[in-house]
Amino acid sequence: MLDVLNTTTVEKRNLAPRDSRKTIGTVNVPNPRMVCRNVNVYYGDKQAIRNVTIDIGCNEVLSMIGPSGCGKSTFLRCLNRMNDTIDNCRVEGDIIFEGNDIYDPSIDVVPLRAQVGMVFQKPNPFPKSIYENIAWAPKIHGIVESKSDADEIVETSLVKAGLWEEVKDRLDQPGTGLSGGQQQRLCIARAIAVSPEVILMDEPCSALDPIATAKIEDLIEELRSHYTIAIVTHSMQQAARVSQRTAFFHLGDLIEVGKTDDVFTKPLHQLTEDYITGRYG
Amino acid sequence: MDLGTRKILDKSFTAVGITSILLMAVALLVVIVPIFSGGIGAIFFKGTIEHRKLQYEEFGNGDREVIQRQIEESDIYRNKVFAMLGEFETELESMTPAESRKLRSSYKKARKVLSHLLGPLPGDQEPILLRYRYGTTRWEQAEEALHDLLYVTKWDYSDPTRMAKQYFVPRMEEFKGTSLAVFFPFMEENLANMMLPEQTFYWGFITERSLDAHIFGGIWAEIQGTFFLAVGAMLFAFPLGVIAAIYFTEYAKDNLFTSILRSANSTLAGVPSIVFGLFGLAFFINTVKVSESKSVLAGSLTLAIMILPTIIRASEEAILAVPKAYKEASMSLGSTKWRTIVTVILPAALPGIITGGIISLGRAAGETAPIIFTAAVSVGATIGIADVFSSPTPALSWNIYNLASEHEAANEIRHVQYGMVLALISIVLLLNLSAILLRARISKKLKG
Ligand SMILES: Nc1ncnc2c1ncn2[C@@H]1O[C@H](COP(=O)(O)OP(=O)(O)O)[C@@H](O)[C@H]1O
Ligand SMILES: [Mg+2]
Repeated sequence: MLDVLNTTTVEKRNLAPRDSRKTIGTVNVPNPRMVCRNVNVYYGDKQAIRNVTIDIGCNEVLSMIGPSGCGKSTFLRCLNRMNDTIDNCRVEGDIIFEGNDIYDPSIDVVPLRAQVGMVFQKPNPFPKSIYENIAWAPKIHGIVESKSDADEIVETSLVKAGLWEEVKDRLDQPGTGLSGGQQQRLCIARAIAVSPEVILMDEPCSALDPIATAKIEDLIEELRSHYTIAIVTHSMQQAARVSQRTAFFHLGDLIEVGKTDDVFTKPLHQLTEDYITGRYG
Repeated sequence: MDLGTRKILDKSFTAVGITSILLMAVALLVVIVPIFSGGIGAIFFKGTIEHRKLQYEEFGNGDREVIQRQIEESDIYRNKVFAMLGEFETELESMTPAESRKLRSSYKKARKVLSHLLGPLPGDQEPILLRYRYGTTRWEQAEEALHDLLYVTKWDYSDPTRMAKQYFVPRMEEFKGTSLAVFFPFMEENLANMMLPEQTFYWGFITERSLDAHIFGGIWAEIQGTFFLAVGAMLFAFPLGVIAAIYFTEYAKDNLFTSILRSANSTLAGVPSIVFGLFGLAFFINTVKVSESKSVLAGSLTLAIMILPTIIRASEEAILAVPKAYKEASMSLGSTKWRTIVTVILPAALPGIITGGIISLGRAAGETAPIIFTAAVSVGATIGIADVFSSPTPALSWNIYNLASEHEAANEIRHVQYGMVLALISIVLLLNLSAILLRARISKKLKG
């Protein structure tokens, strides 16, 4: 009896926090739009992002790839402090935007989120009219004062999002009545309407069909001339098509960053190579 | 399980389901049909000349000339009756007291029934109560009164092991051989000539006040009281409930305090309404003294406390059902939490919140127990909007109970009671219907 107890001693694994792995490639760019230094993110006790350091350049599309659960969304949501809405989420490190650390207590998230807009995985237009979907945010930020201002912003945003021709005759109809691809472009137009500088996109095409996806990809290419875009995608082809730089995440670490061409043709890290050649996903 | 068994199970399940739904429908019919037909009878009935006279004299309704002419018409027959009574009375005078003793008491009884039927008779004192100033206003009441006049109701107690049996003896027999004998067949033949029944549409049942404790007149005071109480309750409970629901869903942290609040709320939802009634009396009237005694205000507050948990729950559910994506979209555009709640979450939750609100409104309108001690009076005048802080009011729910159980003439004014029940049910159903329509409209606007 005693023997049994003694022989089956439970081996306690010591779960000491593991060190973050070093990022290889070039994290720095000349005159970056956003600068992230040693960013750590925790959900309660669990660390989801480890010591990530990366620059996001002006007018570039940065794609973030990696197996699911590696923390791409988590990292992306740090960039406009959307993680604030999650109760037990804690962010450490510096994220510099326009010379300020966005997590500084003196920073107001309201203008920050107007400057760093976001597009979600599932198109989420408000249950309001197409017009209202776009005019709503400029109104609350006081960007528009008159009806004609609002009309103008609605039109330019929809034009930029490539949706104007399709919806100009039914602006008063609900945004939720559009097709999935149109809804997603409406969401992009909605983000553009408050004149952001950075647009964050979290797998914006994963709920769309190939044609709608192609339209969004074209749109991203066009938007690049005005905005900085950070896009999370699970499709490596998409990353290759739309982005200039690619960041590869793995289990909360930023493994490799570099020019998209370089990352996909001659990855420096074994994990990156395994991932892009489809050895795991 | 093999295919055969599964099919049998499916079929029997369907059968049981359909049966229970049918049973419910039948039960509903059994309840609704009599209420409906009885209630309609309060508005749509054969009215006698007495009804028209009353309407003219008390409410100023109707054409004076027409009524005057009809009164003259019916008086031709009534006067003949009065002449018979006069003849009999002189006959009585000429009898010896011993002879007339029994006849007199019988005659007194017959006269009483007759005055109930026709209104005050010649030689009667001017009645003080309004109910004695007019005869029967409804034809079926007149027929009943005629039956009472023609027959004396007797009870047969001969078999002590059985319930007593009712039987009727013609009243004429008591007056055999007197001059009054001709009076009974005359009455039977000429009732319609004396009462002049006409198909009547009495809309005033809804819009007029009651006269002499619902013996005559309508139920407007009750309808208005119900409206004041229910709307008053909503004025307090709806904003409070919605704000509480916002707190629970958007602000409350999961800790001991909020879980106590939550379970308190669930418990309150299950407390019997009479407890709320007593609480309202003890708290609002005796402790806080919102009014000297019963008042619409105290009743509304009590009802508000009663429906608050339901409103909180319905609103909470509606808010929780709003997709998180709306909230995320709003936050990502730089909206503050409060603005997100007001401009995105609440509008999306509105159909559910309104449904909860209107169903609670219906409940507030229908409950009796909470207002017994706090707001309701059985007979009362229609109150003005300024009186709600100090005066009690009649209300449908309470007066239905009162008419059914305590009214001295309950049997004669069944139609009023049915009318009240129908009015109450209609109000509640209308409220629910409008909730459904409103909900459909708003969801359609949201979805497109
Ligand atoms: N709200 C949350 N609470 C707790 N853990 C979370 C939450 N969101 C994400 N995580 C965890 O953080 C890790 C990274 O998630 P996420 O950023 O969504 O990954 P990705 O977008 O790359 O698939 C995952 O292990 C996930 O389980
Ligand atoms: Mg993700």
